[in-house]
Amino acid sequence: MSAQSPGFVPEGSAVSLPPTFVNDDERIRSWLLTTDHKRVGILFFVTTALMMALGGAFALVLRIEHLTPDRTIVDALAYNRLFTMHGVVMVFLFMIPAIPGSFGNFLVPIMIGAKDVAFPRLNLVSFYFYFVGAVVVLIAMQAGGLDTGWTFYTPYSVQSPSAVVPTLIGLFIVGWSSILTGLNFIVTIHTMRAKGLGWMRMPLFVWSIYGTSIIQVLATPVLGLAVALVAIDHGLDWGLFDPARGGDPVLFQHLFWFYSHPAVYIMILPAMGIVSEVVCTFCRKNPLSYRAIAYSSMGIAFVGFLTWGHHMFVAGLSTFDAGAFGVLSMLVGIFSAIKVFTWVGTMYRGSIAFNTPLLYVFTFLFLFVFGGMTGIAVATTSLDVHWHDTYFVVAHFHFIMVGGTLTAYFAGLHYWFPKVTGRLYSERWGLLAAALVSAGFFVTFFPQFLLGNAGMPRRYYDYPPEYQTLHVVSTVGSWVLASGMIITVGYLLWALKSGKRAGKNPWHSASYEWLTRSPPPPHNFDDTPVFATDPYDYTETGRLSHE
Amino acid sequence: MSDAKATHLEHFQDLEQQAHAARLGIWIFLASELLLFAGLFALYGAYRAHYPAAFGWGVDHNVRALGTLNTAILICSSYSVAKSVHMLRRGRPRFAAGLVAFTLACGCAFLVIKGVEYATHFREGVFPGGHGSFFLGQPQGLKVFYTLYFLMTGLHGIHVVVGMGLLVWLLSRILRGQLAVPHTHPLDIGAVYWHLIDVVWIFLWPIFYLTPGTF
Repeated sequence: MSAQSPGFVPEGSAVSLPPTFVNDDERIRSWLLTTDHKRVGILFFVTTALMMALGGAFALVLRIEHLTPDRTIVDALAYNRLFTMHGVVMVFLFMIPAIPGSFGNFLVPIMIGAKDVAFPRLNLVSFYFYFVGAVVVLIAMQAGGLDTGWTFYTPYSVQSPSAVVPTLIGLFIVGWSSILTGLNFIVTIHTMRAKGLGWMRMPLFVWSIYGTSIIQVLATPVLGLAVALVAIDHGLDWGLFDPARGGDPVLFQHLFWFYSHPAVYIMILPAMGIVSEVVCTFCRKNPLSYRAIAYSSMGIAFVGFLTWGHHMFVAGLSTFDAGAFGVLSMLVGIFSAIKVFTWVGTMYRGSIAFNTPLLYVFTFLFLFVFGGMTGIAVATTSLDVHWHDTYFVVAHFHFIMVGGTLTAYFAGLHYWFPKVTGRLYSERWGLLAAALVSAGFFVTFFPQFLLGNAGMPRRYYDYPPEYQTLHVVSTVGSWVLASGMIITVGYLLWALKSGKRAGKNPWHSASYEWLTRSPPPPHNFDDTPVFATDPYDYTETGRLSHE
Repeated sequence: MSDAKATHLEHFQDLEQQAHAARLGIWIFLASELLLFAGLFALYGAYRAHYPAAFGWGVDHNVRALGTLNTAILICSSYSVAKSVHMLRRGRPRFAAGLVAFTLACGCAFLVIKGVEYATHFREGVFPGGHGSFFLGQPQGLKVFYTLYFLMTGLHGIHVVVGMGLLVWLLSRILRGQLAVPHTHPLDIGAVYWHLIDVVWIFLWPIFYLTPGTF
């Protein structure tokens, strides 16, 4: 893709341009108290990106620690705290809020032709719930040294002398943010669509955010309850999950996973939405089946609520329950496979432009299928007994969360970078970094399948020397992965200041967000938008509507 | 002209769209609230299946008359708040304000009765978490029963207080003339939230007052 697209605006002409959401009011105060969904999206983006960096730094230390079987750089207690912080930060402070909070906030109103989300002030409140909760969580974990793992399993979490209560209070606050964001999106998508924009014409990213929002609204309160009960048990000694007082610790696991399994669909569904957008734009084709992608998002959102028991196959579930949860979990594989086949079918005989976002999507497809297939394997109860709590499971969910969600996150970051900033990043550096991230990821996590299958348990500080080779390979992979990300930060920051001007539609996409200027004006569109053509109309008509 | 413009926020096309968004928003929020209570109901179900005798005994120990009186009070309050929405839409804000005030009085009465019950429990030595002299020599299940009792009625009580705060705010807006035809939807939201409080109690009532014994 050359920068000389039809919408190309030469350097220096910026002065005459009408105001954008960025330079409309540049005071710090107007950013911090903004009700503009685009600015709230940027606030979410910056904060979640910092969380990713922090969680990634913890992961790098963990990997370095595993270079040798015994102590390498940290002691066992610090190790326990580090993997807890890595999990809590990555899951609750990065993966869950990242795509809905940043891309969702920025794009959903534009994609449906609205001026803002339905409740703009609530949207800002939602950001501050997230921000305050995140600060509380980080301070608590740093000062009090949480060592329960991100799952807070009772009875240990009730007895652990570390900062369980403040951390859970922080997570409870973050949960509010998640619920309110989801609520805002559901109402926005229902009530704020531009005239004539029916459900079956919305960009697919909006569908995926819709499915995600339903999960956020319905599952998060149960997590809030579960962590509140643990905090009460820990702080007030009510013993609701304490066997010594008639409680049942396994019930906590049920409550926890009732949220935290759907939570992985909060992480992957928006990522799938990004993939749908990128595939169509860079293959210049309408999706093989719009309905298949839209409905399978809803299918995943629904079935996702019925699979939580697969985390508890070895926690005393009855054979019947375990079998039922196993089969229900496999249904997710069917919906996911529908999506993957549809994406690949969309590429078939498309006019493929091999840009950075699409390279990330190829990585996504490969890693996600890999992670998905191993997911079917661990949903099989007999196999899961062998793999439970080993690196096999660690590798499986990192293939989905990092190999899936994070690569799609990077695809979306590059795809919408010109729209958000009005600048183009360097395609050459982008492709290089994407290649490093993809290769680095695979080298980091593929050996962990082998380690887990060979018996390496997760969350263990020491390991027998025969596992060392694979651990070293994994650690080296993590450095490649990190180098790709650091390069990405470098060239994107450079592009932010000095990149070529992007124009309104550098990718020649047919989707709606490219109908407005880059960066968009404060109220998204200069004139009331008319979405005359479908968002994936790559015929002559569709092209002309974007002129 | 300026009045008509002031009735809807800038990012909506018209007041109808704004009202639709607000109503849908509160229903979605109620769905979220229901799931919050659902977690506790699930715990209750699991523990009751585990300790049928103790739970049956605990239900029997609670004062059925007080629980039933509170149910009646909340149903009355749900009626009055629904009627107030109706009256506001019909253009009778003073009548609507009176009905909201009556609803608030019902909320107070509910909390007073609940407080009397709690005071009785504490005097008997019944505290959450199996603390208190009452539980000496009693089965484990009874401790779990009262922990859940305090958790669920306590969480419900917090919702009553929040709902009353919402109604006080709406009442003041009605009295200041800020809620009047066609701008009536904020009262819908308060009313719908108040109904949730009622509905949750309708389910707490049988599990804590009406179903002694084992099944």
